[in-house]
Amino acid sequence: MDLTPTTLLPLALAGYVLGCAMGLLFFRHERLANLCSFGCGTLGALCGTVACVMSLTAGTTTTAPLQLQLLPTLIPYVQFTISLDPLSAFFGLVVSLLSFALSLYSLGYARGFYGRKNVGILGAFFNLMLLATTLVVMADNAFFFLMVWEIMALSAYCLVSFEHEKPETRSAGVLYFVMSHIGTGCIMLGFLLLFQATGGYDFAGFHALSAKPEWLASGSRNAAFLLFLIGFGVKAGIVPLHTWLPAAHPVAPSNVSAFMSGVLIKTGIYGMTRVIFSFLGTPPLWWGVTVLTIGTISAVLGVLYALMEHDLKRLLAYHSIENIGIILMGFGASLMFLQMNHPLLATLALIAGLYHTINHAVFKGLLFLGAGAVLHATHTRDMEQMGGLAKRMPQTAFFFLIGAVAISALPPLNGFVSEWLTYQSLLQGFGITDSLLRLMFPIGGALLALTSALAAACFVKAFGITFLAQPRSEPAAQAHEAPLAMLLGQGVLVAACVFLGLFPTLFLQVLDPLTQQLTSLQISQQLTLANGLVLSGVSHTGGTVSTLGIAMLGLGLLVIPFGLWLAFGQKTKTRIGPTWDCGLKGLTPRMEYTATGFSKPIRMIFKTLFRPHREVQRDYDFSPYFTTSIRFEAHVEEVFETRIYRPLHRQVLRLSRRMRALQAGSLQAYLIYIFITLLLLLMFAL
Amino acid sequence: MKPDLLAIILQTALLLLLAPLVSGCIKNWKARLQTRRGPRITQPYYDLAKFLRKDMVISEHASWVFSAAPYVVFVTSLLVGLMVPMVTSQAPLSLFGGVLAIIGLLALGRFFLALGGLDPASTFGGMGSSREMTIAAMAEPALMLAIFTVAITAGSTDLSRMAADMQSPGWKLLNPAHLLAFIALFIVLLAETGRVPVDNPATHLELTMIHEAMLLEYSGRYLALLEWGSAIKQLVLMAILANIFLPTGLAADWSLPSLGLGLVLFLVKILGLSLAVVVVETANAKLRLFRVPDLLSAAFVLATLSLLSMFLFQ
Repeated sequence: MDLTPTTLLPLALAGYVLGCAMGLLFFRHERLANLCSFGCGTLGALCGTVACVMSLTAGTTTTAPLQLQLLPTLIPYVQFTISLDPLSAFFGLVVSLLSFALSLYSLGYARGFYGRKNVGILGAFFNLMLLATTLVVMADNAFFFLMVWEIMALSAYCLVSFEHEKPETRSAGVLYFVMSHIGTGCIMLGFLLLFQATGGYDFAGFHALSAKPEWLASGSRNAAFLLFLIGFGVKAGIVPLHTWLPAAHPVAPSNVSAFMSGVLIKTGIYGMTRVIFSFLGTPPLWWGVTVLTIGTISAVLGVLYALMEHDLKRLLAYHSIENIGIILMGFGASLMFLQMNHPLLATLALIAGLYHTINHAVFKGLLFLGAGAVLHATHTRDMEQMGGLAKRMPQTAFFFLIGAVAISALPPLNGFVSEWLTYQSLLQGFGITDSLLRLMFPIGGALLALTSALAAACFVKAFGITFLAQPRSEPAAQAHEAPLAMLLGQGVLVAACVFLGLFPTLFLQVLDPLTQQLTSLQISQQLTLANGLVLSGVSHTGGTVSTLGIAMLGLGLLVIPFGLWLAFGQKTKTRIGPTWDCGLKGLTPRMEYTATGFSKPIRMIFKTLFRPHREVQRDYDFSPYFTTSIRFEAHVEEVFETRIYRPLHRQVLRLSRRMRALQAGSLQAYLIYIFITLLLLLMFAL
Repeated sequence: MKPDLLAIILQTALLLLLAPLVSGCIKNWKARLQTRRGPRITQPYYDLAKFLRKDMVISEHASWVFSAAPYVVFVTSLLVGLMVPMVTSQAPLSLFGGVLAIIGLLALGRFFLALGGLDPASTFGGMGSSREMTIAAMAEPALMLAIFTVAITAGSTDLSRMAADMQSPGWKLLNPAHLLAFIALFIVLLAETGRVPVDNPATHLELTMIHEAMLLEYSGRYLALLEWGSAIKQLVLMAILANIFLPTGLAADWSLPSLGLGLVLFLVKILGLSLAVVVVETANAKLRLFRVPDLLSAAFVLATLSLLSMFLFQ
């Protein structure tokens, strides 16, 4: 059998189905269930990755995208077909690559649940989620899309609630469930608007719509844009629709959190890309302005809230909001450039957004896996209980550090490359228009700079407090390195981070068919200089960068410290000694800087946003200077929760209490209601 | 456009040799302005040589990150230095990255330095790291916006090209946009190099220290690398400021007279800027930590005004 996407893709889907079935079949034998279900998932995801890469590197020569019919047509309008066009293949690659690393990791991680929870069920739902997510990015029909979208959301809900004996988990699960369905409702309405205009549910028909002048002039186009923006925005976690994300992602098992933060929120990005760039036609200016504004706000607020966290997984979840913001900054700029009739820059900005999409998937997956390994070893998510893990878990620490450098957009890793592309497109965008709106680009760039500097601060905190210095608790002091499967899963993602960071020009070629599909341009040649060593802006005078060159030369410059050592320091000795303790009797972990202390300056500077609140209670015997015990409590206020969601929640509850009068449990009343409804409908129909 | 090995070696040598001298000049002149005698201007060289010969004491709590940090800081400072035009108008490494890479690499060095501060489990180190990262985050938007303003005029993020563009139609420092951007960048320079209104480089073991707090546990060779690295970083930031806004005299070719003239003018510009730093350091007291954001937001406002004025006058 030859390896082509046509054969590999069904194998991938079969792998997930098999993994799901095996998990259910062997749910009484946890070792077997773990091995079979996650093993099948790993193999399936590997097939999927290869299929997507092959489909993307085949170039644009292949005319029709690969199409597969999964089930016979049973209901009118509903075709169960998937199609692997470049956009689907790209997001399929994101999904499959992460699925591969996560399934591999889960083989080790799920062992932590032996004897406590049912691993078979975990494996079954996990594979179901992988299957549904793969189908979401490949579905070719709106009905089918919504079905797998729901399966994806529901399986994710089941996984979030996996450890349902904790009340925190249950309430987070419900919040996710409700928010997710508000989103789905909006998407459904959006598709109904498209159905109204085309009379079908096929994506091909929707795509044909984008060229029709009467559709471009219609107001329902704008309504559809807003509905899709909200619908997919809930899934992606844009501010202010983000509140479910920091609640739901941390409480799930870590392999699931990694998938949700790395991939699941990207389906929102996929939806926006598909709908806005392919179905809705040339965007009016305000769409781009809206998306760019939302992106900027999400980026800044996401990272600010992340800084306030000392729960490692919540911190990472808030960073997802930040990174979704950065992706949307690229997309928003791209939409604005499209409207200004500048397809080249639009393509550059789009590439920046897409590049950041895969980058974020890779490093956020990696960081969550690292957090999972730490959780596995210390049984806590609270950073204030950690410390000193770099010596106890050296590999995990190294992998986490790679992820931290990548997400902080530091050269030479991948986060830097995509942010560099974003800056370049914003910078070039200033020159193409005279309107006042062009000020948005440099201001956006400055706020992006603020975001990445704050992200660097946040990851100094996350890595430094978790892995460095002295352990702050007994479990942290007793921590042990994660099992091999978990390290391998992280290793796959580390390799991806390094590849995407050092060889951007190779990866950009993969994006060519995709930009051909969305903006009819291929610009990877234009972005490549010096045989692929150097990445350039749209014109090479606009600026160039070479991460590979920086990395190589950086290693080369280590000759200088080595030479200095040869010249001066050969006779020097190195002693291990205690840290300077100002003459006290040794430092204890309680004297170390804490995560809360680390972010205090930022909390003070942005106090209008955070509204910090603190309470200090001192007990003393004879003088306030000699306290016997002290209790300190500090909170920051989640403005969106207290100012928007809680009042809204109260209103909804009040309304439903009123509605209760209608539903009093009397059968006669219900019959009356049905009768009145019937009458009204008849009147309406006639 | 291939990076020239000779140019790389020469500029690396220039960075290594000149950076301690600039630090020495600043220390000496500052002392004189305060009617003290002060250390001689060559003192930093002796200090570095002494540190390199000393044994090292490493904290028992520290991990490999602590040992990696000095190398990262030193190498990133050098890399950044190679991307900035100093004597010649074409920076040796401009193909490998422009301002965006410079900001990124400086952040990489700072990232590792802050981790190195946290690693020995000392409270001082953690405090220094926390403050350093906060101040850097506040300085970053002003830096980026001011750089953007210049980059927009040049249409490029490549510093060599930005310098060339500033050179072309004569004297441009009086352009209000660039004047404002210059002041904004000068404030950022003070913050990034830990100078007086933001941090006091002369403090040791005080609760107000920022940069020094992170270096507290370092000794011997590592301390030498860190001190040298931050001296190079200071020189590089000054060179950006001097050569972007005042690109006069950058050697366009590799002939000896133009190189000599370029070197002399470069020294004059750098020493002039050092003098400005000395005056600012002497005339001002250190700000309280929570007043520093005000200073940096002033820089941000200046950069915004610079952008607006460019929008208005062009």
